[in-house]
Amino acid sequence: MSETLGLFNYWMVVVLMMSGLYVVIAQHNLVKKLVGLSLFQTSIFVFYISMGKVDDGFVPIVTEGVSQYSNPLPHVLILTAIVVGVATLSVGLALAVRIRESYGSVEERDLDTADGVEPTEVGDA
Amino acid sequence: MTLAQQLPMIVVILPLLASPLCVIAGNGGRAKLLMLLVVWICTAISVQLLSQVVDSGPIDYQFGGWEPPWGIAYHLDLLSVFVLLLVCGISALVLSGGHKIPQEVTEDKVSYFCALILLALSGFFGIILTADAFNLFVFLEISSLASYALISMGKDRRALRAAFQYLIMGSIGASFILVGIGFLYMMTGTLNMQDMSERLPALTDTSTVRAGFAFFIVGIGLKLALFPLHFWLPNAYTFAPAIISALLAGTATKVAVYMLLRVTLGIFGINFALEQMPLDRLLLILGGSGVLFASMMAVMEDNVKRLLAYSSVAQLGYMAMALGLASAAGVTAAMLHLFNHALMKSALFLAIVPVVIHVGGFHLHHLRGLGRTMPWTMAAFSLAGLSLIGVPLTAGFVSKWYLLSSALEQHLWALVVLILIGSLMALIYMWKMLEEIYFKQPENPNAAAAEAPIQLLIPLWILVAANIYFGIDTDLTVGLAEQATQALLGAHP
Amino acid sequence: MNISLLMGLMIAVPLIAAVLVAFCGRNPNLRETISLAVGAVLLLVVLALGAADLSDSDNYLVLAEPFPGLELALSAEPLGVLFALVAGFLWPVTTLYAIGYMRAEKAKNQTRFYCAFAIAISATMGIAMSANMLTLFVFYELLTLSTYPLVTHQGHDDAKRAGRVYLGILLATSMLFMLPAMIWTWQLTGTLDFQPGGILTTELGVGTLSLLLLLYIFGTGKAALMPFHRWLPAAMVAPTPVSALLHAVAVVKAGVFTVLKIVIYLFGLETIKTLEVTHFLAYLAGFTILAASIVAMTRDNLKKRLAYSTVSQLGYVVMGALLGVATGVLGSSMHIVMHAFAKITLFFCAGAILVAVHKTDVSQLNGLGRRMPLTMAAFLIASLSIIGLPPMGGTWSKWLLLQGTLDSGLMVLTAVLLISSLLNLIYLLSIPVRAFFLAPTKPLTVPHTAPPTAAPATQQEPVVLGDEAPRNCLIAISITALACLILFFVPDLLFEHVGAIPL
Repeated sequence: MSETLGLFNYWMVVVLMMSGLYVVIAQHNLVKKLVGLSLFQTSIFVFYISMGKVDDGFVPIVTEGVSQYSNPLPHVLILTAIVVGVATLSVGLALAVRIRESYGSVEERDLDTADGVEPTEVGDA
Repeated sequence: MTLAQQLPMIVVILPLLASPLCVIAGNGGRAKLLMLLVVWICTAISVQLLSQVVDSGPIDYQFGGWEPPWGIAYHLDLLSVFVLLLVCGISALVLSGGHKIPQEVTEDKVSYFCALILLALSGFFGIILTADAFNLFVFLEISSLASYALISMGKDRRALRAAFQYLIMGSIGASFILVGIGFLYMMTGTLNMQDMSERLPALTDTSTVRAGFAFFIVGIGLKLALFPLHFWLPNAYTFAPAIISALLAGTATKVAVYMLLRVTLGIFGINFALEQMPLDRLLLILGGSGVLFASMMAVMEDNVKRLLAYSSVAQLGYMAMALGLASAAGVTAAMLHLFNHALMKSALFLAIVPVVIHVGGFHLHHLRGLGRTMPWTMAAFSLAGLSLIGVPLTAGFVSKWYLLSSALEQHLWALVVLILIGSLMALIYMWKMLEEIYFKQPENPNAAAAEAPIQLLIPLWILVAANIYFGIDTDLTVGLAEQATQALLGAHP
Repeated sequence: MNISLLMGLMIAVPLIAAVLVAFCGRNPNLRETISLAVGAVLLLVVLALGAADLSDSDNYLVLAEPFPGLELALSAEPLGVLFALVAGFLWPVTTLYAIGYMRAEKAKNQTRFYCAFAIAISATMGIAMSANMLTLFVFYELLTLSTYPLVTHQGHDDAKRAGRVYLGILLATSMLFMLPAMIWTWQLTGTLDFQPGGILTTELGVGTLSLLLLLYIFGTGKAALMPFHRWLPAAMVAPTPVSALLHAVAVVKAGVFTVLKIVIYLFGLETIKTLEVTHFLAYLAGFTILAASIVAMTRDNLKKRLAYSTVSQLGYVVMGALLGVATGVLGSSMHIVMHAFAKITLFFCAGAILVAVHKTDVSQLNGLGRRMPLTMAAFLIASLSIIGLPPMGGTWSKWLLLQGTLDSGLMVLTAVLLISSLLNLIYLLSIPVRAFFLAPTKPLTVPHTAPPTAAPATQQEPVVLGDEAPRNCLIAISITALACLILFFVPDLLFEHVGAIPL
């Protein structure tokens, strides 16, 4: 029991990650895909943040009378990763906007139809 | 510290800093000039670094003088400088070739285009040199984000979709790598690759390390376009601007293969990665199926860029297979093929650039009769194609020889047959193009399809000459690959 | 005389010719003079090598070292010298012929033609002189690639299809079979050098050796052993001088030469003898001989018929090599030379007929002997040599091969040789017989050749005795036909070299 509960953060990470992945795969709307991707990445942020926690550890700020601190490094790392995630999301959204401009839709089915009737080239599965 | 000691840092920082300068420089010729200047300087530095490493062994560079557990360190051994030189050289040549060609992107985007290329290159160089696992992830994302944007700049609107697809797949891949790094950090308490590799052997029985390993492999597999995770690659290469296809074909996937080598052999070590874990069999099977499947697709494909892209997937399959042999000969063969394939594929893609621009398309029928109208470009294309097939006296033959030797060494007959069938299929799909080039009459004889400008021909022919030179004199390539293998495997006896 | 210098020249001279020809493309006279002159120079070089003492210490020239410990190197030995002599002698002759032929045909892209031709000869010389299997393989592939533009010279769809078959079979067999065999040998023995007595010893085990031999022999697609013979008839789409030099001399002979090299210098006769699979291959060669002869009889197209005849004659050489006895190898080596001279004459004649009267089929040749007596006489001489009747050079090689089959005790193959000679008699001799003894048939009365009495309405052009092909062609034909005759009387020239092969 304690094992299951003790790994609670990992369970959440897995649930979030899989939901995100599912959304990426199952949704045909490009914006929703990006939402899924963000969810997926967020699960990894949670994973990093929770892993820095040391049992009975204190906030990693030097304080009188505290000898046990949580590990601050993963938190620092994940700041970078969050920035990367934001950048990815913005590039993705920018692409979605451009796709919307040239195709008039962000639904994959519409895009497929649009490409399917394109006379010059075929074979874009 | 003298300037010479700062070179490992400069090679990464320079393109990174030059990138915003490109945007400032504006859309005239200045941005392009700045980009070329930076790339050639980086190439010169990488030559210098290679000679330093060959002369006096690996270089350790610490950012700001901080010792590794606290600061970020770069570690330059033979493998990394070898790949660095390859990536620098290829991009310098390819970009010089694209320099004077009327750009495929609209004129007002040229400065962004150059800036993005520099960002991507900076990311590649960082991946190659860094000794810090998290740093690897950051550089990976820098290069990837730049690549997505570059691919989306293709003229065809499907370039946008290809870029989007690549973005989704690439981000998932990078996230997997991030999870892998997290697991390893949990177990080893360090992000420095050398420290990791020292601490890991004691921990290999834990499921955490195994899970981390699996995340790493899937993530890199996505970036590497390892069959069956390759679906983004043909689209991306097809719709990207031609010069970007040439650039990425010679660099991006090669850097991914480098990551695979670095992570499996450098961090986890050959014993764990290829013997305890079933990665060897996995790579053999996936690599093998990749060779067969992608070659088949290439044989059936009518779109020249997509055909070459599938061929790349097949060639990456060779490298994966060679690594899967889990032997020194196999690793050497993988490295050799990494080098040689970069030479031939970037030459092939570069030769397609003037076709796209002058003839206006990249289907088989666009190649018709070009043997007459663009004799020099097409001669280069043919020679690079022969190298891809693996005809003697070309670099491709040397790769093939080592691949076959390493497979024969372990009496893996099925693999030998597979490699041979793969090269036979390469013959078929190359010949399909060559027949169009030399036997057909031009589709529209009135369209003025002129010879490519000399600025493109020179780098193109340098690449072709390299293909032939490294097919005859292999001291440099084979020698370096063997030494690098020893260094890599020697760390984990 | 410095042997390594000579060997280097043999490779370099034709390559220089190729470059010069490429630069003089605008001026046909200059271009062709260069081709001829360089051909003569090459002949001199080869002759000098033929006279040189091969035991000289500098008989080794390293070109490059692509793999650690494995060089691209040249080294002369008697069999190679013999092959080089044949090719070196026939190149200028064929060039002479080609000049006449290509001009008469007003062929396009002649510069490319002469260029590729010269590169092909360079590759042939490389094959002849190669010191190890890798070198041979490299030049072998180079020969395939450099002859591809020649085979597809006409550029039409037929040529393209034929080119596919040609390249497909030759490259596929060498890549699929010969390359792995070579790498395997390298791993087993650590060398690929051609050494007297062979490098593959019986210690390696019968299974391994048998598999290697199969891979090597089938890997040599140029030897046209069935079932990998289709490329040869396909290649007949090429202009006749190409068929003559390449598909009667350089390419096919490179194939059987490779087989001989492999048998003698990689395996060694002692090892070959012990392998069961050798007999299988020898019988397969026997089958090739008969089957190709029978197919040849059914072909009406003259060049196709000659092509199948070549397939059959190559079978002789392969069979002789695989008999595992000294006389077989001697016979095979001799047959390379004899067949080269005879077959090139036959192809020259076929080309001359095409140029002079635009006939390609055997059935159209009735009565042609009256118009082209010289050509048809040469055809007769060459046919006799191929059949192996005295007083033609072919007698000697056939004789030795027969003796070889007797020595090896494979009587079935003796019978094969005899039957095949009969078949040769039928499909080859019928051609001069038609030409000399039958009256011209109706189809011959097409405008260009019509006798005035037969078709008065059409364009008049009287039949003139000796209204033959261009003079250059005739000179070439006479030289090679005479050679067939001379070789019967002075076979010592050849025996001297053949006898020196270390078995």
